[in-house]
Amino acid sequence: MKSLFKKIKDGFKKTQSVVSEGIQQVLTRGGKIDEDLYEELEAVLLRGDVGPATTYYLLDELRARVKKDKLESPVELRDAMREIMESILRQGRDESDPLGPSGHASGRRVVMLVGVNGVGKTTTLAKLVKRVQDDGRTPIIAASDTFRAAASEQLEVWADRLGVHLVKSERGADPGAVAFDGIKAGEARNADVVFIDTAGRLQTQSNLMEELSKIHRVCGKAMDDAPHEVLLVLDATIGQNAISQAKVFSEAVPVSGIVLAKLDGTSKGGVILAISHELKIPVRFVGVGEKAEDLLEFDPKLFADGLIGEIAEAPAG
Amino acid sequence: MFEQLSDKLNGVFKNLRGHGTLTEDNIKESMREVRRALLEADVNFQVAKDFVKKVQERAVGTEVLKSLNPGEQVIKVVHDVMVETLGSVASELADSKKKPTRILIVGLQGSGKTTFTAKLGFHLRKRRKKTALLAACDVYRPAAMDQLGSLGKQIDIPVHIEKGETDAVGIAKRALEVAETKGHDYLLIDTAGRLHIDEELMDELARIKSELKPHQIVLVLDGMTGQDAISVAESFHEKLGVDGLVLTKMDGDARGGAALSIRSVTGIPILFIGTGETPNMLDVFHPDRLAQRILGMGDVVSLVEKAQEEVSEEEAMQLEERMRKETFSLEDFAGQLKKIRKMGPLTELVKMIPGLSKQLPSDFQIDEKQLTRVEAIIQSMTPLERNRPDVIDSSRRRRIAKGSGTSGSDVKKLIKDFLAMRKMMGQMSRMSPKDMMKMARR
Ligand SMILES: Nc1nc2c(ncn2[C@@H]2O[C@H](COP(=O)(O)OP(=O)(O)OP(=O)(O)O)[C@@H](O)[C@H]2O)c(=O)[nH]1
Ligand SMILES: Nc1nc2c(ncn2[C@@H]2O[C@H](COP(=O)(O)OP(=O)(O)OP(=O)(O)O)[C@@H](O)[C@H]2O)c(=O)[nH]1
Ligand SMILES: [Mg+2]
Ligand SMILES: [Mg+2]
Repeated sequence: MKSLFKKIKDGFKKTQSVVSEGIQQVLTRGGKIDEDLYEELEAVLLRGDVGPATTYYLLDELRARVKKDKLESPVELRDAMREIMESILRQGRDESDPLGPSGHASGRRVVMLVGVNGVGKTTTLAKLVKRVQDDGRTPIIAASDTFRAAASEQLEVWADRLGVHLVKSERGADPGAVAFDGIKAGEARNADVVFIDTAGRLQTQSNLMEELSKIHRVCGKAMDDAPHEVLLVLDATIGQNAISQAKVFSEAVPVSGIVLAKLDGTSKGGVILAISHELKIPVRFVGVGEKAEDLLEFDPKLFADGLIGEIAEAPAG
Repeated sequence: MFEQLSDKLNGVFKNLRGHGTLTEDNIKESMREVRRALLEADVNFQVAKDFVKKVQERAVGTEVLKSLNPGEQVIKVVHDVMVETLGSVASELADSKKKPTRILIVGLQGSGKTTFTAKLGFHLRKRRKKTALLAACDVYRPAAMDQLGSLGKQIDIPVHIEKGETDAVGIAKRALEVAETKGHDYLLIDTAGRLHIDEELMDELARIKSELKPHQIVLVLDGMTGQDAISVAESFHEKLGVDGLVLTKMDGDARGGAALSIRSVTGIPILFIGTGETPNMLDVFHPDRLAQRILGMGDVVSLVEKAQEEVSEEEAMQLEERMRKETFSLEDFAGQLKKIRKMGPLTELVKMIPGLSKQLPSDFQIDEKQLTRVEAIIQSMTPLERNRPDVIDSSRRRRIAKGSGTSGSDVKKLIKDFLAMRKMMGQMSRMSPKDMMKMARR
């Protein structure tokens, strides 16, 4: 089996390839730190979906560092950039475990997945279920997407594959009621984590966003403080709209973390810097494939390393 | 967004009022803002760069029209160049003489292929009176076939399904046989989502292509896609030869800059825009509308041009005041209605309003006959009634109805709607522009 470290490295490789190769090239080309160099860095970051606002912020910080530390050659910029990026990625983070026991007396945790259409919510849910199982704990699923064609059939296939209990209802049923039943079933079966899948919705659909707030409220009626975790799933191939998604979903429900799915498909993922910078919501996991095991914990340092393009070798073992 | 761009451009040009032409320097500064706006709309970095260059060449030396300020002038040039790039002629769906016309639908995971397959079937029947068979060839995603099956049932269009079968090429071949025997006009082939860098799965598509010889291969792309759009489109194009692009999830606030990138780099024409989850939410592509959207504007340029022809500044200020104080009368309303109607069909005008155009359903229509009736009703009122609609009792109502050839309930409804509208206008005109944009976006 590949070491976990190697797997994470590979997972971030695509992100490295465009941004890191670009940065690498700019920083090792020799010469002085001049306007041309900043312009080239700007191009690399913009091409990596970092977005104009965060790109300019990053470059301003960089200029300040150059002045303060009296940096002279481009290679010296590498550490400065890595640090700036890592500190952006660390904003809003704490050490809590998004899947661990909740503060509730039972320790049961309710995790709700939200996001726009087709980003990977349902698949991410399956991956999280597996993670909890691998930990020797018991998950349960509530299929609160009662809208999309075959949404619960999709979860059914996953539930069968993973051997986990699924609470569902017929198409068109009240999604809040399904969430409620899921939490109650979790209680009855003494599950450790209740996962609630929700239908995809664009953040501009205010009625659907209202529905989401309602599902959230209903969870609280089924169990104190529930849900304990609201994970917003974002698609790594998405550009600047991800920022609007994060903003508006946070207004409707208290988003506690982000999952960046489909990172295997993109050579970018730089938008995550923009989100961390503008919204300060921690990224918890990244999705790197369609199978249940294709999920990695997000590590700001490794990700920053990946973006800069120089990863320290794994410690032995 | 458009607010920002136009504010910034106006800032750049504020010292320029009254000068005859745009100079190289202030054009350059404004181009930086245009570039940033494009990047925020997810236009590819290189494409944005080339695009700005083109705009700059065209804008230098342009006459500043009196009716438009230089900022708007630049936006107009940007807009025109964008429409040209996006393709001035509408592209057509393939229509083969020999039935069935075969359309292969491909794309990344979750982009909206399955939904689009159903939408296209629905579109063909409704708009072109053609029959279609949908083929469920996604053998990987959990319940992918159920999804297409369920959509097909919902719109009453047949779906070829072989549950449990793991060979997508085989399913496609047999679906073709069925479509031939049954004499369907179209065969629409839904395939599994795949990464453009996944060689094995890309090969599967190549095999379906060589077996089925589709007339058109359509790439379905999420309208929110970022800088990676070009490499995605190029990979699919290289491997398969893509004939058309569909941009989905454009009912949100994504600007869709990816389409501009793909179109200008690969030349693949854009066919449809997906505007919702249900099978009827599909728009035929219009380059001008997408251009305005990428720029985050309604068709402000022509709206401003038109409005300026009709309403003097002084008059506009008076009206604004009356709206704010909610003293706007039926008299004012009739006057405005007349002017607005002179500007063009109201449906088109409403679509030009920034932020509003994308909220409207594609078949949005204002009934012009209804407006004529409204005008007739107001004309049949006395000046007193127009200024104080509260005096209108049932006998006055009967008289007005008779005079305008309408019914008492028509009159009643008009007054009720008018009072509600006046209240809303009052609230809106007391809002800051920012709040208004926010509201328009909802
Ligand atoms: N390559 C790749 N594909 C993924 C990943 N996560 C999800 N997918 C695929 O993306 C597609 C959509 O995933 P879903 O989990 O159904 O997405 P969703 O957000 O639940 O979609 P809706 O419920 O329709 O809004 C499926 O084909 C998944 O297999 C990932 O990390 N990498
Ligand atoms: N709002 C909106 N949602 C859309 C649109 N088109 C598709 N969707 C939704 O996007 C999600 C993914 O759509 P699918 O049709 O399942 O995507 P797909 O490309 O077939 O996905 P895979 O088969 O997993 O690769 C679903 O939730 C759809 O309802 C659109 O134009 N607007
Ligand atoms: Mg789902
Ligand atoms: Mg599909």
